Amino acid sequence: MKEYRTVAQIAGPLVFVEKTEPVGYSELVNIVTADGTVKRGQVLDTSDEIVVVQVFETTAGIGRDSGIRFTGETIKMPVGKDMLGRILSGGGKPIDGGPDIVPEKRLEITGAAINPYARAPPEDFIQTGISTIDGTNTLVRGQKLPIFSGSGLPHNDVALQIARQAKVPGSTEEFAVVFAAMGITREEANYFMADFEKTGALERSVVFLNLADDPAVERTITPRLALTTAEYLAFDLGYHVLVILTDMTNYCEALRQIGAAREEVPGRRGYPGYMYTDLASIYERAGIIKGVKGSVTQIPILTMPGDDITHPIPDLTGYITEGQIVVNRELHRKGIYPPINVLPSLSRLMNLGIGEGHTREDHKKVSDQLYAAYAEGNDLRGLVAIVGKDALSERDRMFLEFADLFEDRFVRQGLYEDRSIEETLELGWDLLATLPEEQLVRIDRELIHKYHPKYRKKAQG
Amino acid sequence: MDKAKEKRAHGALKRISGPVVTAVGLDAHMYDVVKVGNEELMGEVIKIQGEDIIIQVYEDTAGIRPGEPVENTGLSLAVELGPGLLTSIYDGIQRPLEVLVDRMGNFIERGVSAPGLSHEKKWEFVPAMKVGDDVKAGDILGTVQETNIVHKVMVPPRSKGGKIKEISGGSFTVDETICVLEDGTEIVMLQRWPVRVPRPVKAKLNPDIPLITGQRILDGLFPIAKGGTAAIPGPFGSGKTVTQQQLAKWSDAEIVVYIGCGERGNEMTEVLTEFPELEDPKTGKPLMERTVLIANTSNMPVAAREASVYTGITIAEYFRDMGYDVSLMADSTSRWAEAMREISSRLEEMPGEEGYPAYLAARLSEFYERAGRVIALNGMGGSVSVIGAVSPPGGDFSEPVTQNTLRIVKVFWALDAKLSQRRHFPAINWLNSYSLYLDSLNEWYDKEVSPEWNPLRAWAMGVLQKEAELQEIVQLVGSDALPDEEQITIEVARMIREIFLQQNAYDAVDTFCPMSKQYDMMNAIKHYADLARTAQTGGATPQQVIGITSKNELPQIKFIKDYEPALEKIMKDMEAEFDAMRAV
Repeated sequence: MKEYRTVAQIAGPLVFVEKTEPVGYSELVNIVTADGTVKRGQVLDTSDEIVVVQVFETTAGIGRDSGIRFTGETIKMPVGKDMLGRILSGGGKPIDGGPDIVPEKRLEITGAAINPYARAPPEDFIQTGISTIDGTNTLVRGQKLPIFSGSGLPHNDVALQIARQAKVPGSTEEFAVVFAAMGITREEANYFMADFEKTGALERSVVFLNLADDPAVERTITPRLALTTAEYLAFDLGYHVLVILTDMTNYCEALRQIGAAREEVPGRRGYPGYMYTDLASIYERAGIIKGVKGSVTQIPILTMPGDDITHPIPDLTGYITEGQIVVNRELHRKGIYPPINVLPSLSRLMNLGIGEGHTREDHKKVSDQLYAAYAEGNDLRGLVAIVGKDALSERDRMFLEFADLFEDRFVRQGLYEDRSIEETLELGWDLLATLPEEQLVRIDRELIHKYHPKYRKKAQG
Repeated sequence: MDKAKEKRAHGALKRISGPVVTAVGLDAHMYDVVKVGNEELMGEVIKIQGEDIIIQVYEDTAGIRPGEPVENTGLSLAVELGPGLLTSIYDGIQRPLEVLVDRMGNFIERGVSAPGLSHEKKWEFVPAMKVGDDVKAGDILGTVQETNIVHKVMVPPRSKGGKIKEISGGSFTVDETICVLEDGTEIVMLQRWPVRVPRPVKAKLNPDIPLITGQRILDGLFPIAKGGTAAIPGPFGSGKTVTQQQLAKWSDAEIVVYIGCGERGNEMTEVLTEFPELEDPKTGKPLMERTVLIANTSNMPVAAREASVYTGITIAEYFRDMGYDVSLMADSTSRWAEAMREISSRLEEMPGEEGYPAYLAARLSEFYERAGRVIALNGMGGSVSVIGAVSPPGGDFSEPVTQNTLRIVKVFWALDAKLSQRRHFPAINWLNSYSLYLDSLNEWYDKEVSPEWNPLRAWAMGVLQKEAELQEIVQLVGSDALPDEEQITIEVARMIREIFLQQNAYDAVDTFCPMSKQYDMMNAIKHYADLARTAQTGGATPQQVIGITSKNELPQIKFIKDYEPALEKIMKDMEAEFDAMRAV
């Protein structure tokens, strides 16, 4: 392999190389520094005169005397059956002291788009055991449902609880978990690892760790390595894979860093204009393929800077993913776990995975009614602050109380409390029963007669 | 041939930067289609700078090197038009996705080309003209029963026309000659049309017929005309996609073109699996039989996303020229604008507002202007109605794509995340939405629905407007402090919202509400309001008036197919209850 020593410029994570033979776009590059260390990079722009290389590791030690080797191929990830149970670096190298991965295949990490025609519609209900998800923002197999959180909120606990409890009722297959950490602290990583080990989940997991002190640019490939692995496990080996990506905010920061180094025209808040397309190339790697056994379900986690849901990162994410679970600071302050605010939360695929044949016939309407009643009660809280409780009508007072009850009983649950969907729906009915029956306008008579506690007691008695 | 004028059709790549590449040693015109690299990836010339020809590539460029060949086809990006379009599912550059699965498996690899129409399939052509007839561009030569839709085979728009020398019925592929003119011109069923050029028409007409959608808030309060333009902006999670899919399913256009532009793969799949299963309420046949789908998901190449809206509207115009009403949904034009921005930034163009190219407004208006109700070249009337979704970042309507769109479109259906959080669907805000077609459609409603409809709509809008004002007071002092009369207004407004405006897309009956039912429902609410007003002036308290129990049955009307007897009963019960109140 030819080695060039024609580095013209180094700026941030970018190395500009002059006068090369034709180099392919996106090609993998090895950079040999004076002390013999080999660093990896990728071609971002190629022409007759100059080739721009993005280095995944720190550029410390790279100078005009460094040797540049173009490998002639794009970045590939060696994948194999024995990956389950392994811990890898953010760049895909084993860091658990074990042997190298025996590759059965080497796959392009960018991953081609699934042909929309080849996709099968996601419709298998995943029971997470968390009422606010199962009941009102249902997750289905093949979905990408991010957790929007803020710094200092227990999103990691929520993600772990999902990973621990997720199952498809009636199916004995366990989920394989692919966990990719991007720029999280060692402490957070340890927390995840300890839980994985404790519950035995590690045996069916592949972990990628890019920690806070690892090179930021490496973060741009970590989720792609993780998803390539997930796709292999799912579509080649037939596993149902749950992919947890945390924290996507750090990923986007790395993207911005590269954009700035390339002196690109920035988009909103300095993030590159192609961030939507770039994020889509990650999030869209979820789904089910017709006639293929496995599936990829994604739970990306991101911390909203300043709890601002309109910030470009949550905003663009929300446009690509199929809904979002919003973790809320106010609920957290009230001491409610999991502090999931159902009002801005949404699962776009919910209707595919609920109802008769999936969960229960009354699921959709109960969920709608809970939402509506909670929203109304929550609005009234603002009014109470101004006029006091006494000025409220009888009806308003009931909704106000409903909101408190909803948070205290439906939202709140234990870290290890695994509620079945039936339990969640029963809980929902119990709460709705505190409202007068004629206020339940979103549920048809028939279902009320069948499931409302008032009638059921009568039927039993 | 003159050496100097000879075209250089072959050149070489000089630079590759993502989806934008530069070639040299090539003669090209703007928007020529070129084949890039050893794998012959499809691309389009978007900028010419001296010797440098700048090309956007419709496929992934990873691994392509400087020095690889580039070939100019000399053609502009065109779609194939002819029998076989309906029921098709295409990517942004009209490659049938089904064929791509056969050729390259479940994932979209690159370097595979596939024609938009089958060139092998035979169609039964029935001539409508005979030898000796004079034909001109656009005239209908005959028909093909494509699905349950009759495909009209037309003389290509750029043909000079002439006398027919030969024409005969029978089985033909789209490439076989079906008609020969006296000057020797052979006409085949296949037409190729460059996507960036609007197809010609004889005249554009005024939009004075509504596109009936079966959605109460749309038909009733904010109608769009056939051939009109509408925008649905909405922060994510406000039910934009569901609203658009409802429109595709239920609007009374004969042909539906649905462009999934940069949207979610799973959602596209939902459309792809749902449409073939859906029954067309008018024919009982699958809805897919009158649909063309274009799916270019967010992770498919960005340049193909840029092309997808043009591909879609050209297909829509082609069906319009046959005399059909076509509704085109573009979901979402913001993703299209972002594709423009991405390519513009790769071209290192001077950016306009928020990094969007300076020509954003021009491109948007060019696109929406291709909508309209027209007299086609052959004298038939047809229309293309365009409904574009915009996805303003952060729900901020002041951003450039929304603003530039609003300057062009005539209808605005303001989706509201607050409403969807409250599970008020469709989550279209009745105070911020508008339709500029109301005046031109008045006459139609008078004639086709009822002369009372227009005043009824004005009354309902008045009540809703009044409620918004009253709510501000209620927020401050509570509802009990309102005068009796206004407490009833609040109750009537609540009924309009919950009974008329809320509509359940997932309920078998409520998903489509005919105009006559809309009228009956609104009339019932008005009837209650009138009775309530009379009772209140007669001394009844608001609690009594609001406490009428029979009106609580009204919401159930939505879910009943043959609702008339039930509605009549409610009306009678209401009257009886009010009568009883007076008697006491």
